[in-house]
Amino acid sequence: MRYPRTMKHYPLTKHLRLLCAALSLFAAGAGAGAAELRIGLSGEVTSLDPQYLAAQPNLTVARHVFESLTDVDPQTRLIPGLAERWRAIDATTWEFNLRRGVKFHDGSPLTADDVAFSLARPLSIKGSPGGFAAYVRAVASTTVVDANTLRVKTKYPYGALPEDLNSILIVSKKHAQNAGPEDFDSGRALVGTGPYKFLRYQRGDRLELTRNEQWWGKAPAWDKVTLRILPADPSRTAALLSGELDVIEHVPSADIKNINKNNKLHVTQTTSWRTILLHLDQYRAQPPGVSDLNGKPLSANPFMDLRVRRAMSKAINRQAIAERVMEGLALPAANVVSPGVFGYSALKTEAHDPEGAKRLLAEAGYPNGFRVTLAGPNNRYINDEQVLQTVAQLLTRIGIQTRVEAAPMSAFLGRVRKEEISFALLGWGSFAADLSLRSLVATPNADKGYGAWNWGRYNNPKVEKLMEQALGSVDRSKRETLARDASAMAMQDLAFIPLHHQVVSWAMRANLAYVPRTDEFTFAHHFTPR
Amino acid sequence: MLTYMLRRLAWSAATLLVMSLLVFAGVYAIGNPVELLINPQADQAEIARATALLGLDRPLWEQYWMFFRGALGGDLGVSFAASVPAITLILERMPATLELALAAMLIAVGIGIPLGLLAGLRPHSWLARTIMTLSTLGFALPTFWVGLLLIMVFSVQLGWLPTTGRGATVDVFGIPLSIFTADGLRHLLLPATTLALFKLALLVRLTRAGTQDAMLQDYVRYARAKGLSECAVVRSHVMPNILIPIVTVAGLELGSLIAFAIVTETVFAWPGMGKLLIDSINVLDRPVIVAYLLATVSLFILINLLVDLLYAVLDPRVQAGDAR
Repeated sequence: MRYPRTMKHYPLTKHLRLLCAALSLFAAGAGAGAAELRIGLSGEVTSLDPQYLAAQPNLTVARHVFESLTDVDPQTRLIPGLAERWRAIDATTWEFNLRRGVKFHDGSPLTADDVAFSLARPLSIKGSPGGFAAYVRAVASTTVVDANTLRVKTKYPYGALPEDLNSILIVSKKHAQNAGPEDFDSGRALVGTGPYKFLRYQRGDRLELTRNEQWWGKAPAWDKVTLRILPADPSRTAALLSGELDVIEHVPSADIKNINKNNKLHVTQTTSWRTILLHLDQYRAQPPGVSDLNGKPLSANPFMDLRVRRAMSKAINRQAIAERVMEGLALPAANVVSPGVFGYSALKTEAHDPEGAKRLLAEAGYPNGFRVTLAGPNNRYINDEQVLQTVAQLLTRIGIQTRVEAAPMSAFLGRVRKEEISFALLGWGSFAADLSLRSLVATPNADKGYGAWNWGRYNNPKVEKLMEQALGSVDRSKRETLARDASAMAMQDLAFIPLHHQVVSWAMRANLAYVPRTDEFTFAHHFTPR
Repeated sequence: MLTYMLRRLAWSAATLLVMSLLVFAGVYAIGNPVELLINPQADQAEIARATALLGLDRPLWEQYWMFFRGALGGDLGVSFAASVPAITLILERMPATLELALAAMLIAVGIGIPLGLLAGLRPHSWLARTIMTLSTLGFALPTFWVGLLLIMVFSVQLGWLPTTGRGATVDVFGIPLSIFTADGLRHLLLPATTLALFKLALLVRLTRAGTQDAMLQDYVRYARAKGLSECAVVRSHVMPNILIPIVTVAGLELGSLIAFAIVTETVFAWPGMGKLLIDSINVLDRPVIVAYLLATVSLFILINLLVDLLYAVLDPRVQAGDAR
């Protein structure tokens, strides 16, 4: 075996491994005694350029090599990153003080110039489907005060700038300014300040990294890290079971029980920031897929009636979904963001009450119910299609005959954008409640960048005003209170129906430990031997 | 021969054109890749900006025309997701897939034909019955399941072979190949076997049927009457006669192995073209999807041509120009 389960227990296999390695010309990498961590990632990495595409798999890989001004702890709360501290000088000016003595992998010092360059770069990458530009949208200008101080002027008062800048990874100006995507994939431009340095990359297969001995933080336990890309769930589990991997992320729900029984392995989990919710069409008089029980159009859009939305929410047995359909990988939801996230408050979860739901439906003028079509993805969230089916059955029980249309995310999203869908499932994760509200609940407005994912076009000026005040506050405690109030108001009005917060899990060898992260990221440097 | 080749070439070009049009329109109809690729925090302006940057806001015919002009010059477009020319992505992965497909074909032919011959020569023996029963399994079991079963037994339980991935490679004329390293072969064994299973069963059945048929022919009787040994009868009279259908099927199946090893590649995380196609379809990465299908259709055309030429070698009565 090339990779014995634990070197200590298998002295013979260790020799075999060396022999194999020699035979197979597998020459590079860690020495026999070096500590290596091999991680199975669940998502396809498309590019190593940390500012090309803001997708979680790409960022997971990038965050081993690069860092951002602000960092977040495992509970998604902001902590210092490359900026030691930051403060708002006035409503539209932020000052970031860089950590001193930070060096890029090539030995050159990190300066405010590199940071200013990195903040400007997302808008200049050609042909990038990007997404990073959204994080610097509020930035009007940057000023380099001195080598370690940067001032950022925003176009309007904007309290979420530190959150947004967490997603902008700082690249070395010298290496990145003339680099194309191929320079990042080959490792030439992959020069960051992070805990790991580039060693080798095989697209679609693996990325190998070595420890950055110059790193300013606490030295990670692993000399070498291999990130294997294994999107197929059973294969990822098998690679862990066989001892080829030390850690896997996103453990398939069906395998968790077995892994927990295996005394060489264990699972660690926490509530993810991803909230699963149902959007309801609240703008068309005749939403598609909604009709009376005979298939004839209704006289009004039932989703616009709060009593109907409330009845639908009461019809859903969140506890049963979390325990059975999700096999424990969910927490019933009542709020926009999950527990612990900025702006969260413990709202009361809607109890399962089919009788009450029926009464509300009758009150709203639908004593016998009506027909709807519920659409959603079948390859995006944990057990997404089963969740759709269960919700449909629960709604049908109170008289709302629900048909399910599950499709791959690509096809589903296409239909949503063509406005062919009026009742849909979506998953959402964010660092702050006001940021979630901006995308999910604020009235769609392209100029302000509001409501890009408010599929039902829910419209409530009061909620929007509170949200705007929250986002405009550079005072964090004031902002959090406002964000809490805005979320509570949106949930009271059922802007959308919250279902559950997903639980994210990692499985690893028994002698490893990881503090599970709400933001679902897997970082080699946060794994420790135990 | 020359007119024949030219005619075939024209047909191939037409096929490629029609196919590219269909795929192009199909992917366009599904939706906007930017929405899938972009991060959720992106607002409408950012989605519109990225869409325009990729030229996806233009009318379909204009997008196709741009693609067509580029394709004539050998440029099949740049992957939206990876920002690398689509053809580079495909060529980068091609050795892995070819290696896997050829290894699977080798297993299928190397085991399938001898087993089929055995079963055909002694159709009522217990050996023949066992072979035929097992070949039914080869047809009936889904690739996905077989792959996982092999992983569970040989990698997880016994720990003999690695579960997933491709082994160490060495460059042969600049092409990274893993079949020349011990580590590479160990990684190749399970996926190649999984992929071979169906083809193996097919070849067993085909060879057996052909053999049984041939054994009843007059020429076999005469050969025996001439006093030839059974071995010589099979070698010089039965084999050449049953090979033509086998070569046809094996050729076509090789094409499908290369183009559609997708399931196996996914289960074994084999970094080949099939896995690339699936990933690209998931994010509607149109340049890669179109380039991939163009490449595989070309491959099919090429293999068909080679099969036709092989006929002429195997059967002197056939002239390449006549086979259609």
